[in-house]
Amino acid sequence: MSVLVFIDQAEGHIKKSSFEAASYGAKTAELSGTFAEAIVIGQMKDDLSELGKYGIKKVHAISNEALNNFDSKVYTTLIQQLVESTNANTVIFSNNTSGKSIAPRLSIRMKAGLVSGAVALPDITSGFIIKKSVFSGKAFANIKIHTEKKIITLNPNAFNIIKGNGVAEIVEFTTTLPAYSIEVTETNKIVGDVPLSEADIVISGGRGLKGPENWGLVTDLAKLLGAATACSRPVADIHWRPHHEHVGQTGLAIAPNLYIAIGISGAIQHLAGVNRSKTIVVINKDPEAPFFKAADYGIVGDAFEVVPKIIESIKKMKSLS
Amino acid sequence: MLPIIEDWWLFFNYNFTIMKILVCISKTPDTTAKIAFADNNTKFASDGVQWIINPYDEWYSLVRAIELKEADPTISIHLINVGGPESEPIIRKALALGGDEAIRINCDSNDSFNVASQIANVAKQGNYDLIFTGKETIDFNGSSIGGMLAELLDLPFVSHVTKFNIETNMAVIIREIDGGEETNKAAMPLVISCQKGMAEQRIPNMKGIMGARTKPLKVLDPVDVVSLTSIVSFDLPPAKAGVKLVSPENPEELVRLLHEEAKAI
Ligand SMILES: Cc1cc2nc3c(=O)[nH]c(=O)nc-3n(C[C@H](O)[C@H](O)[C@H](O)COP(=O)(O)OP(=O)(O)OC[C@H]3O[C@@H](n4cnc5c(N)ncnc54)[C@H](O)[C@@H]3O)c2cc1C
Repeated sequence: MSVLVFIDQAEGHIKKSSFEAASYGAKTAELSGTFAEAIVIGQMKDDLSELGKYGIKKVHAISNEALNNFDSKVYTTLIQQLVESTNANTVIFSNNTSGKSIAPRLSIRMKAGLVSGAVALPDITSGFIIKKSVFSGKAFANIKIHTEKKIITLNPNAFNIIKGNGVAEIVEFTTTLPAYSIEVTETNKIVGDVPLSEADIVISGGRGLKGPENWGLVTDLAKLLGAATACSRPVADIHWRPHHEHVGQTGLAIAPNLYIAIGISGAIQHLAGVNRSKTIVVINKDPEAPFFKAADYGIVGDAFEVVPKIIESIKKMKSLS
Repeated sequence: MLPIIEDWWLFFNYNFTIMKILVCISKTPDTTAKIAFADNNTKFASDGVQWIINPYDEWYSLVRAIELKEADPTISIHLINVGGPESEPIIRKALALGGDEAIRINCDSNDSFNVASQIANVAKQGNYDLIFTGKETIDFNGSSIGGMLAELLDLPFVSHVTKFNIETNMAVIIREIDGGEETNKAAMPLVISCQKGMAEQRIPNMKGIMGARTKPLKVLDPVDVVSLTSIVSFDLPPAKAGVKLVSPENPEELVRLLHEEAKAI
């Protein structure tokens, strides 16, 4: 009857979104009077007992180098085997590329109702109801799962990590390796950068920046704050910036703690992907730009003058503290 | 003598089967539609709403299928939609863009498992080499149909695809992963979910629009499926308190507010 959390990894390191999933899983377990366990697939570098700090009691590791390559079919088979052997009732994923590939498959195998993109803990006062993001962040839907077994994928940055003192027990889950249906021939990581979906702070530029040669404003500010960079759709369409930076209704939907929009008008399709951000700052020279209506803080001014001053001021603040 | 006859049929199939692509298309409200709810917040208020093809289905999966067909005209593109009669205008538009024929399964699309089961039931009989979905719909944001379909059909599944090519009977795929990308190779049949990078948006031309009127659009009754989830209600996010404007002469004040008030830096 336990809760099982899928811990996603990259190059042997646990992703930030998986710590959120672990905290969420532990809280969900607490609500239903049970405990949370985790599954980790592949060869890891991180110390898995650390997951205890996030409320995980036991970690089932399948430490096999060969499993570092992702295949939704293989991962689904392994997770399903563990679900059967531990009799887990609820499985939690992060709603990232891995979670989105595995959870739907697993829901068919387990005959479990799936809610993807959860933003809050389940409400179990009458049935099992989960709030999820819909209309690309413009609204929420409360979804009831009717089945005994349940699968939830948690939106990144939607649930705060809860860190305590526990130590998780690590057990090796031994099983035969399922056959791969996909061959991973190449992986290109953008090294050193913060993945946009998980970033705490995002600095985003729009057409108001006039051209790719001016992006230093965005990247300098991002570097200073340890932030990820993003852009509006036209900026990616005209190839000033790579496609994966495009946020909005038809790009990536994000919910960082801080979103700073520079030279972006704030069209409804752009807002849809960013309006779940906790604090929104808009820098735009047009006082009528619609983005100001969705912002917490704003400066009406020329980005080319304002942003360098902001950078200086942050540097000053950092050198004082 | 029987085995020889069977072998001959295999040979026949191998050489003369045309490639078939099934493109799943969903109907979503226009991106500028006002998001409001009716009936005690249990239903999307659709009065006056313009409906469009889900952008991921249209711009990326359908257009990429059309590009593959342009390179190899023997390819046949079938469209499938789970929805009521109000889906027909968007199906006709997809035919105008370049689908060859369409199937509409006449039922509600409120539960991903139901939608995936309806499509899988048709796909099982259709011998498709490729099944394309969008990475998600812009209304429900479920990202579930592709993966569920793949599992129901026992096929490989690659999500978040940004590039798709066929090289010597193998699919060569680039997909987005968190903070990077990955190249995958897979045999067909195969299910993929598509996103930006796959293709560029197109506008149907007059010839396409005229031709679409007479292309086959088959309506099928749904199979019985028990939904695994249901929508209880909708909420709107709380309104923002209003923007605090800082003078452009004094950006230090913004930095101070972000540090002390918002505690964001
Ligand atoms: C179906 C559909 C889906 C879409 N999906 C998305 C999406 O996912 N994401 C997205 O972003 N867009 C999307 N769009 C496009 C969206 O409608 C807008 O066109 C787009 O967001 C505008 O980008 P922008 O703000 O960078 O450019 P613009 O609208 O051109 O705005 C530029 C802004 O920069 C300001 N500016 C100019 N110079 C300066 C300066 N020196 N200093 C400060 N400010 C300056 C201007 O005042 C202006 O407000 C979609 C559109 C459609 C129809």
